[in-house]
Amino acid sequence: MKTQENIFKVSRRDFIKKSGLLGAAGLFLGVELEAKDKKEFITGLAAAVFKPNVYINIANTGLVTLIAHRSEMGTGIRTSLPLVMADELEADWKQVKLEQAVADAKYGDQHTDGSYSMRMFYPQLRKAAATARRMLEQAAGNEWKVPVEECTAKNHKVVHKSGKSLGYGFLAEKANKIELPIDADIKLKDSKDFKYIGKKTSIYDQKDIVTGKAKFGLDTILPNIKVALIKRNPEPGPGVVSVNDVAAKAVEGVLKVFTLKNNPFPMGHQKPIGGVVVVANNTWAAMQGRKALEVVFENGANANYDSDAFQAKMLADVKTAGASKRNEGDVAKALAAATKTIKTDYVVPHFAHTSMETPCAVAYVKPDGSCEVWAPVQDPQTTRKVTAEALGVGIEKVTINVTLLGGGFGRKSKPDFVIEAALISKEMGSPIKLLWTREDDIQHDFYHANSAQHIEVAINAENKVTGWLHRTAFQPIGGTATPMAKGPGPGETSMGLIDTPLDIPNVSIEVLDAPTQTRVGWIRSVANIHHAFAVGSMIDQIAHERGVDPAKNLIDLLGSDRTIEFGKLSKEFWNYNEKEEDFPWQTGRLRKTIETVRQKSGWGKNLPKGSGMGIAANRSFLTYVACVVEVQVSANGKIKIPMVHYAVDCGLAVNPDRVKAQFEGGAAFAASLALKSEITMKNGKVQQSNFHDYGVARITDAPYKTQVHLIESNEKPTGVGEPPVPPFIAALCNAIFAATGKRITKLPIDLG
Amino acid sequence: MKPFLNLISMEKYTLKINGKARVVSAAPDTPLLWVLRDNLEMCGTKFGCGMAQCGACTVHVNGQATRSCVTPVSSLAGKNITTIEGVGANGLHPVQKAWIAEDVAQCGFCQGGQIMSAIALLKKTPNPTDDQIDEAMAGNICRCGTYVRIRKAIKTAAKS
Repeated sequence: MKTQENIFKVSRRDFIKKSGLLGAAGLFLGVELEAKDKKEFITGLAAAVFKPNVYINIANTGLVTLIAHRSEMGTGIRTSLPLVMADELEADWKQVKLEQAVADAKYGDQHTDGSYSMRMFYPQLRKAAATARRMLEQAAGNEWKVPVEECTAKNHKVVHKSGKSLGYGFLAEKANKIELPIDADIKLKDSKDFKYIGKKTSIYDQKDIVTGKAKFGLDTILPNIKVALIKRNPEPGPGVVSVNDVAAKAVEGVLKVFTLKNNPFPMGHQKPIGGVVVVANNTWAAMQGRKALEVVFENGANANYDSDAFQAKMLADVKTAGASKRNEGDVAKALAAATKTIKTDYVVPHFAHTSMETPCAVAYVKPDGSCEVWAPVQDPQTTRKVTAEALGVGIEKVTINVTLLGGGFGRKSKPDFVIEAALISKEMGSPIKLLWTREDDIQHDFYHANSAQHIEVAINAENKVTGWLHRTAFQPIGGTATPMAKGPGPGETSMGLIDTPLDIPNVSIEVLDAPTQTRVGWIRSVANIHHAFAVGSMIDQIAHERGVDPAKNLIDLLGSDRTIEFGKLSKEFWNYNEKEEDFPWQTGRLRKTIETVRQKSGWGKNLPKGSGMGIAANRSFLTYVACVVEVQVSANGKIKIPMVHYAVDCGLAVNPDRVKAQFEGGAAFAASLALKSEITMKNGKVQQSNFHDYGVARITDAPYKTQVHLIESNEKPTGVGEPPVPPFIAALCNAIFAATGKRITKLPIDLG
Repeated sequence: MKPFLNLISMEKYTLKINGKARVVSAAPDTPLLWVLRDNLEMCGTKFGCGMAQCGACTVHVNGQATRSCVTPVSSLAGKNITTIEGVGANGLHPVQKAWIAEDVAQCGFCQGGQIMSAIALLKKTPNPTDDQIDEAMAGNICRCGTYVRIRKAIKTAAKS
């Protein structure tokens, strides 16, 4: 088990003992990258000798150091991406050490979000590792004076066809002197030779986690560190009218109280809200000091925001035509000619992320103006950029060390909390530990949009669905950054709305404006949450209206196996940043997941009274998922989820156990949204404050069992962080209908 | 605002943590969580809610699972405190081994608290039923949703 190392080693040691900050990491690596010919030269320690790119380092001891450049928030990516390199390098995972990358553009994209880490980096990292492997083979060939073709890398050694072998440690320095091979000489492994890819590997940090040694955002201790809390305006944007800090300053241990400048709404997804800062010697004193503060805040443009009233307004709005985003045939005509129509409205409230670790950061702005940060951030490079801007220094002055994230779900893509910590450290001249309490987290989040939808369906005399009218209204994420964003953008309308893959001749997809009146952000699966709930529920309603089994109905509506070119159906279609020809929308792949989950779940089996099964399917983040949820509803409306089945086509599953874990956990996350969670706002202020009134799934609420069936595939890997969430909610609601006859159209579910 | 807060000053406490006597200076109402994290730099115990709602801060006080975020330091004189750093002091505890065997952790932040609750449960109830697991673990939230594996790991540990 290689869990003794931790991600702080380099930065902490360098920072505390050598205080060499930026230079120290380079010295440790002992190499520099010369961009011209991509060849690297030894400049420092003999221990670090072979570094064909910024990701791979082989020491002459044989220790392979791989850079994990994406943030670990629970998906296992810190393990799984280096594992891809280890496999292609023919390294022995037991002789691999991971090092977490600081924020640096040289690593390419580091924004761990949108379920694209594996999709984006799988090919690149394989090639990098294959290059290194080829160079090791060449070095061995040179050593033996035999053609490289006779040399094969195998488990941390290069083996000659005669049977003799040389270890990677011996070859490292020699390999470093070899020119980079040309592309034609770089051969990727055949998938049948994979030793880690496609097999289960435990996460690298597992032992540190279970022994309490793993380092999260507030676990960096620096000499003379102080603790800061901020009292923020409940309405994000406006500033402070007055502060009475007499009582706060009287709390023993409180060092300073000062105002942090507000950023008017819409301030975007990076800038902090501002407020009144309390800095103390310890956390408890900071908490008591903040409690004793009396602050009068200004009111702003959203001071009257009432989320329930606004939801009611959106619900009224979606009864009327909106801006067309997709239109085929003539829906109005189909509805008029229908023998049966179904019309349903769906509403979903604001949600908060509530990762177990609240936003937090350790920052130190030193006398020379440079700044070092240790923080749980999903987007290290943006964090670095905006922190430098806020401090008024060049980006090279800011170092962002990425700790483990105690959950992220999209919240920690927004670096406002790091800017806060850096500004406070600058003011204090000492290292700062900035804590967000759970109240801060729940009341000052970037929320999932409040939404309303209306769907109308036409069924003709032949019992065929002939028309689909779907209207949606929800506050755009963009509205947090600009008042110009009146309605959702392509990234939001292409999540479960435009890309509805049903084989229906008359379709109209319409969007109604909804101004953003609080900080709206993205939460695990984003707009798919509310769209997949509505679409998946309506498909089930159609099944009952048609008198067809819901699983069969779903396959019927999906139609024949085909590639749907949504880009031709809507100029707004967005394919998760991929070209449609590279990642086409293939209904056959979704059908296969539906058929698989139907079979594996024992769909149609007899269940006792009060129990039921529901099904839904969805493609999000390029991953195809079908889900069957089984529920038991007691006489008093209490919901239990004894079993969930997922069938998943995510292309090649690199670390299948982590894929399964994402789906097990995703089901629980979705269960929270469906059953327990709701943020409401009155007078622009969030009404909930902690887990007693913002419910999330506990062991008693979450599915008792979740089985994940992976479709075997050699297609390009796609994301798995977010795709578990969307189909679960509709499948759960459909199961409740099967169990009770009650159709759920409003979240969170209330059977009381 | 509570004016009495201003009058409370720091006091010295001797705490028995993971078998060792530790002297700390803190205001009497300071929760054990912050004494561990701020005074003693023991960061394995996590802050999650500050009001005994989530269990991330769970430690043992005289063997009982206790939310350190609401347990004042002044209430702990003479009591045995065990933190996640203390349970595996002589190699891994069977519950920690089970957590590894079942690959429970995702982000890992809550798992120290989960393990502390599970150890306390198994001490009292060596072979817990599902209902007993529910009762003992319902106070520990995991937002990654590792509950299925937590339950499995508790059963695995019970067998060992």
